Amino acid sequence: MHDDTRPNADLTPPAQRTLSGGVHVDRQHDSAVKHVTGRAEYADDIAEPIGTLHAYLGLSERAHAKLRSIDLEAVRNAPGVIDVLTADDIPGVNDVSPTGRDDEPVLATDTVQFWGQPIFAVIAETRDLARRAAHLAQIDYQDLPHVLEADAAREADMPYVTPPLTLQRGDASDAMKTAPHRIKGQMRVGGQDHMYLEGHIAFAIPGEDEDVILHSSTQHPTEAQHMVAHVLGIASNAVTVNVRRMGGGFGGKETQMNLFCAVAAVAAKRLNRPVKIRPDRDDDMSATGKRHDFVVDYEVGFDNEGKILAVTGDFAARCGFSSDLSGPVTDRALFHADNAYFYPNVLLNSHPMKTNTVSNTAFRGFGGPQGVIIAERIIEEIAYHRGRDSLDIRKLNFYSEGRDITPYHQTVEDNITAEIVADLEARSDYAKRRQAVLDWNAKGGVIRKGIALTPVKFGISFTATWYNQAGALVHVYSDGSIHLNHGGTEMGQGLNTKVAQVVADAFQADFETIKITKTTTEKVPNTSATAASSGTDLNGMAALDACEQIKARLVTFAAEKWSVAPDAVQFIPGAVQIGDDIIPFRDFIKAAYMARIHLSAAGFYKTPKIHWDRDKGTGRPFYYYAYGAAVSEVSIDTLTGEYIVDRADILHDVGRSLNPVIDRGQVEGAFIQGMGWLTTEELWWDDKGQLRTHAPSTYKIPLASDRPRIFNVELADWSENRENTIKRSKAVGEPPFMLGISVLEALSMAVASVDDYRTCPRLDAPATPERVLMAVERLQGEG
Amino acid sequence: MTTRSNIQFLLNGDPVTLDAIGAGDTLLDYLRLQKRLTGTKEGCAEGDCGACTVLVGRLDSGQLHYEAVNACIRFMASLDGCHIVTVEYLSGPEGRMHPVQQAMVDFHGSQCGFCTPGFVMSLYALWMETPEPTETQIETALQGNLCRCTGYEPIIRAAQSINTYGSPAQDALNTERAAVTAQLEKMVDGQRVELRTDDSFAILPADVDDLAAALLEHPDATMVAGATDVGLWVTKFLKTISPAIFLSHLNELRDIEQSDGMIRMGAGVSYSGSADTLCTAFPHLRDYWDRIAGWQIRNMGTVGGNVANGSPIGDTPPILIALGAQVILRKGDARRTLPVEAFFIDYGKQDLAPGEFVERIDIPLAQPGSLHAAYKISKRRDEDISSVAVGLNVTVQDGQITDARIAFGGMAATPKRAATVEAALIGQDWSEATIRAAAAELPKDFQPLTDWRASSDYRMRSAQNLLRRFWLENAATDTPVRLMRA
Repeated sequence: MHDDTRPNADLTPPAQRTLSGGVHVDRQHDSAVKHVTGRAEYADDIAEPIGTLHAYLGLSERAHAKLRSIDLEAVRNAPGVIDVLTADDIPGVNDVSPTGRDDEPVLATDTVQFWGQPIFAVIAETRDLARRAAHLAQIDYQDLPHVLEADAAREADMPYVTPPLTLQRGDASDAMKTAPHRIKGQMRVGGQDHMYLEGHIAFAIPGEDEDVILHSSTQHPTEAQHMVAHVLGIASNAVTVNVRRMGGGFGGKETQMNLFCAVAAVAAKRLNRPVKIRPDRDDDMSATGKRHDFVVDYEVGFDNEGKILAVTGDFAARCGFSSDLSGPVTDRALFHADNAYFYPNVLLNSHPMKTNTVSNTAFRGFGGPQGVIIAERIIEEIAYHRGRDSLDIRKLNFYSEGRDITPYHQTVEDNITAEIVADLEARSDYAKRRQAVLDWNAKGGVIRKGIALTPVKFGISFTATWYNQAGALVHVYSDGSIHLNHGGTEMGQGLNTKVAQVVADAFQADFETIKITKTTTEKVPNTSATAASSGTDLNGMAALDACEQIKARLVTFAAEKWSVAPDAVQFIPGAVQIGDDIIPFRDFIKAAYMARIHLSAAGFYKTPKIHWDRDKGTGRPFYYYAYGAAVSEVSIDTLTGEYIVDRADILHDVGRSLNPVIDRGQVEGAFIQGMGWLTTEELWWDDKGQLRTHAPSTYKIPLASDRPRIFNVELADWSENRENTIKRSKAVGEPPFMLGISVLEALSMAVASVDDYRTCPRLDAPATPERVLMAVERLQGEG
Repeated sequence: MTTRSNIQFLLNGDPVTLDAIGAGDTLLDYLRLQKRLTGTKEGCAEGDCGACTVLVGRLDSGQLHYEAVNACIRFMASLDGCHIVTVEYLSGPEGRMHPVQQAMVDFHGSQCGFCTPGFVMSLYALWMETPEPTETQIETALQGNLCRCTGYEPIIRAAQSINTYGSPAQDALNTERAAVTAQLEKMVDGQRVELRTDDSFAILPADVDDLAAALLEHPDATMVAGATDVGLWVTKFLKTISPAIFLSHLNELRDIEQSDGMIRMGAGVSYSGSADTLCTAFPHLRDYWDRIAGWQIRNMGTVGGNVANGSPIGDTPPILIALGAQVILRKGDARRTLPVEAFFIDYGKQDLAPGEFVERIDIPLAQPGSLHAAYKISKRRDEDISSVAVGLNVTVQDGQITDARIAFGGMAATPKRAATVEAALIGQDWSEATIRAAAAELPKDFQPLTDWRASSDYRMRSAQNLLRRFWLENAATDTPVRLMRA
């Protein structure tokens, strides 16, 4: 068959062509057509081989208890049950701690430490039978005291799950003493469930020898691979983990899938049959970690003008029963406790508290939002104290020339906070609208309004410095089609699309000629989690490196064959120009193949410049910062606490965007998710320690009707990353999440209006209608 | 009487006959596990996320009507004589995309894509019904669909533009309407259907008389109407519902008519099916009705079921009680009538004898001089269960309150009237002072509980404040007292 019959072949003469899908252009998600037609394949959609079995977990129904006995007879005898696994059946190590602290058993042994902890797994012919059987266990618990909240854990002298961090600059104690004004406060910041629409799932297919292949919905295939090997007691090279796509991740599938991969793999190898495990939504939300809740005690010293002189903060986090990622999460909370503000003297301590709750984990922002929200609360405190517009206090305290050293001693070199805020302030007509809000509230009705502008500055890089590496594998086949593989995973963020655009641009080959393939540990080893907003930064660069290697060989080949200088070889849309000759790309590749040119390359990238000394609390943990700002306007009902977000205006910095429409989608989605975190998404545990909001019927994420009707989202098109990132773009996944904080502070202003803005309402998060009403009544009582 | 022992339906383009159907078998499992139609997703299995949205077409008085429903809690046994339409049906020859799909692609309405088929199906149903919807109509149609990635903005933009990609008149469900109707008419043969498996028995009665007879034969049977509650017994609590009697196919029970100052609503009328009649007669219910669950659930769930299951947090009982509605119960050929409030005895206990069922609800039209309101407070405005719900019906004549019916949900173990508050109102001047004094009596009527939806304190305070809102809304005031979307 001739090449030209390929469906996507563009036969326009090369010189007249433009490239389809290069960089810095809008490009639809590569799977968009598959999404809307239902043909996109998720892990649960993969055709099951004959003999596939299904596993289900039996979960603890106590928050903290000794397991006196576990009677699994009824489970074993239930219809369709093939096998039951307990901790004793784990061939390797009964642990899936991602940081090697050995504190997270796959299946509980003699004690359970949270309600929902897996105790056993049942394997049956169907998922329904396994699920029914899992409820038949007779477990005799001896209750032990349990602690649920971070502050209660501190009072009860519960241990840290991981070493705490201190960040310190100047002399906060001294500066606080001499400050003209001091305010002390406490803020409770709730956690958040990821509520990815596709829940956890792992599907293990046993192979020969020790081999096992897993299809899973994990953000971190390499870690799943290593954990499965660890739990099976075999080498990593026997385990393959594949991820085509996830139905959402948001951090919830970074480490939390390890449990499911481990159980599926152990069962599959033990029974030599494929085994799939997919918990129902209730179990998914009960047994897997969430965003950390924090209780933060802060103090700020400031001058008459409102300029911050000193800040201290104690950040206690509900980490759950094990460390998981609580170390880096609580670290990042401290890294962002300054947000965009200069603290001349500062002392910040983290308290990663052990609690008898599910082990909390990564979630978009990774502790950063819980730090930023405290910085914003501190600003609000000062503004109410001084009777000023909080935006004035913000501006007064932005990092600036000479006031540019963070609490971790990194100099902020790329600061554009003031520019972003000034631009947004003008675009959103902030001053006029704020006056209108004040005028409205002055009328004193039931419905009050609030408006707030909050910025975000977010550090980009894994603070675990070694994570800042990536690999890619690019093949050019002899027909000119390109196979792209990299270590990142696609969870909806458009990573595959953006990396393919980089490859398209590198070869000047049409996007349609690039096949994006599933992420697999077989092609790129030792990858990092697709997390920390780093996916495109790292994998885009690694893919570019692979392309450049192949291109270098091609240029050498062309220069020799056509006897021209290497710089006379140019890749142009769909073709290669060699001197005056223009050769279609596929013909050129065919010629290269015939000349025995190596048309495959493994690319690699590691982020430069970064270093971090955790013991000293100093270094440059972040390669660069991403910036943004949002103005939110809200209305509240002071009779019921209900509210509406009327309008949001956002200006966000993604550097030179690789794909503006995809980046904009990230910004919009992150804002709404951040708004949900701070408004209706409430995790509620009962006295016994059972999470009672564990499904969408009880855990309320935003709906279409919750989004602001007026929603102006723009990218700061004038921004360019001053560091040499992939095409000077910036990471986008997490930073805009924190723009949702403007909603909380706008609600706060609406509440404050009931006592004429004399008091900072200290609205805790999430600001459910109940918390809003209670704050209103508190101020009315005081007023 | 002859009986049939299978169900017949159309799945996309294909007629299907199935006999080995368990009472609790769900449409979603059938699609995904048996037919490998994996475009329809399971997100929650409780009717709250919409990832499993499909269309179900059914005949009513010869008219074929399609509705968006949640496949996860839709039982197979309820699909006899129906046309099931999944996302796989939408793409045309050679994979040509449907207008809804093309709009979603062009406006970047998908990110992870997992919720997307469900959104496509809800928007498909909306476009068929309302080709050029308002933003409010779009939001209302999407209350039952969760997206965690996009923030919804691009989906709304897509929804606003679908009609520029094609007209519903050219859509297969319209061009093939006559043929599909003919096929379904052949399936609906008026026979009782009895479905048996080794461990399950389900009856689809031939008509309402047969329903009454079937329930006498099996007084322990689970009654399944919209399955929006019973569905969860199966998918979340793994309960066995056999023997089960299904009634959603009984068109007699889906009648709603208004005459002689009364609305008579069959027990099988869905929230959606009741909306026009009720909200025309009682305009104050318009907003409230759109806040009952999400669209798919409103299409499935019935007002009769909402009453029959006796939940203290059902949305309709406080409203029906305030309106003075009566419930008509039937056992065999015997009928009795109860005020709705008398039907609720205690938590989980209703005045319903074995073999008896809710056949109809009668709602008297408003009396002159009566002031009405229906309020609901929930953590999230839409598609949430109420923390507090209240129906108010206060008659004022010559500045005096002559009658008051005020019923709350979420405040006690059953939907219940605020008797002390009512007493404090009746005979008093219609004034702010009267309302304030009556609101102060509310703790005598209720001692609400604390749970994940709301604390006891919040329930009480907000309930009292809703009485104040009722006053403010009816008083001459120039400042708004209700939140309004821009």
